[in-house]
Amino acid sequence: MKANVAAKRDLHEEAGANPAPAVHAELKGVSRIYGVPGQGGVHALGPVDLTLRQGEFFSVVGPSGCGKSTLLDVLSGLSVPTEGSVSFEGKPVAGKVPDGVGVVFQEDATFPWLTVWDNIAFGLRRAGVDPAEIERRVDYAVGFVGLKDFAKAYPVQLSGGMRQRVCIARTLVMRPRLILLDEPFGALDAQTRLIMGDELLKLWRETGATVMLITHALDEAAMLSDRIGVMSSRPGRIIEEIETGWSRERDSRIASEDSFGQITARLWRLLREESLKAAGLAGGGS
Amino acid sequence: MSWAGWLRLIVVTGAVLLLEVLCRAGVIAKTVLPAPSVMAGDLYRLLASGAASADIGETLGNVAMAVIASILLGFVAGVAIHAMPRVRRALDPFLATYYAVPFFVFYPVLIVIFGLGAAPIVVIGTLFGVVAMLINTLNGLDRIPRVLLKTARVHGMDPVRTALMVKLPSAAPFLFTGAKLAIAYCFIGVIAAEFIMSSSGIGYSIAYAFNNFDNARMYALMLFIIVLVTVLNAVLFTWERRIMQRRRR
Repeated sequence: MKANVAAKRDLHEEAGANPAPAVHAELKGVSRIYGVPGQGGVHALGPVDLTLRQGEFFSVVGPSGCGKSTLLDVLSGLSVPTEGSVSFEGKPVAGKVPDGVGVVFQEDATFPWLTVWDNIAFGLRRAGVDPAEIERRVDYAVGFVGLKDFAKAYPVQLSGGMRQRVCIARTLVMRPRLILLDEPFGALDAQTRLIMGDELLKLWRETGATVMLITHALDEAAMLSDRIGVMSSRPGRIIEEIETGWSRERDSRIASEDSFGQITARLWRLLREESLKAAGLAGGGS
Repeated sequence: MSWAGWLRLIVVTGAVLLLEVLCRAGVIAKTVLPAPSVMAGDLYRLLASGAASADIGETLGNVAMAVIASILLGFVAGVAIHAMPRVRRALDPFLATYYAVPFFVFYPVLIVIFGLGAAPIVVIGTLFGVVAMLINTLNGLDRIPRVLLKTARVHGMDPVRTALMVKLPSAAPFLFTGAKLAIAYCFIGVIAAEFIMSSSGIGYSIAYAFNNFDNARMYALMLFIIVLVTVLNAVLFTWERRIMQRRRR
């Protein structure tokens, strides 16, 4: 089975005619310190070195408060690193979200005064895209996230999962080449998370975008990712990168495979120590 | 209509009918309170004769000016104070205790400054309305979800577009509440000011009728004010609820 998966991956990479996967985004020696160090300042992140490969699905897991969201803010350009450099497609990211980067947040980011359709069209209208093109892309996205019957509804009429789909669709229509997701399913129930995970995989395959998912759910990371970065307790550093070896055509059914259990167990072992440190219970024993 | 709505209607109608019966039966003397039906008839004749038109027009004009001034000043000051957190911390206690100050004690000062006429009345009305608008503007700006501002940044929006396309619509329900309260407070301020520092307007007419034992005119004008303010608030309330229904999270 494992050999089979590896073979599939090889095929895929050959098809892409790209033997060494291209670097899509990169963080070099990035630290983020809030306030003044030593005077109540908080060293939230780093130093972190991280390379996102073109088209991969990368997840970040770590104990709570370890700086996962800070990592995303810095990579997206929403926040400027105190030290180090960030680049996207070879160009430096400096205090501005570059074109081609989409972000989905954990909180409900729908605009309550706009219908589902207008929410999804928001970014395209902002960018001055041709109305016919907006209509085409939004209609497609509404269908893609399964909200066709709710296109004229307001967010208040939707469930939490549906609102998060609106946010995903709003990002999708912008055709991002790098999609960053900050615990997008954190506020959803377990069943909805599983469905949304499969939808995210479908989106990733269809767009060919690079995805970085921040999550605290180890099984979610193990199921969805090509590669998983494990972060230490604060100040967050990446202490291990794990390759999962899944085929590109995967879905939630891989949760019943042996290697899924092995990956999850390995993540849990790595994180247990860090979570205890984060909770102020250092040592932890065995 | 809901059960509560029917109950409300029954209570109000019942109270009016009870008053009618008590007046007609002579339990309440005519010199104290005319029967509601008599009041309504007096009001109809007063409006039809046009004898009160000038006063009504003057009062509504003063209220309109006070409302516009309150909403504009309150909104602008709210946005400015929100942008300066230190100033806001210094001002907070004043804003919180603002309505504890009885402004009417300043009426001699206002007359000295602005003279007799519409100006001091509009100023009093504005003093009443402006802080309600200001406080609600601050409240609305405080409650803009941070994630929406982050979303604006992800879409590369500049501060002006963010203000117009994200902050303003997000704060809109609170701004509406502020405007609604400003309208109510301006009515109170203007009519009360007309009682003590004016020679025209509805407030003045009521005081004048009272001093001259003209019960018919006095009660007719009181009824006019009550009906006007109730209808206006009902319209605003319904409009607000319609907006909120679509919006509440």
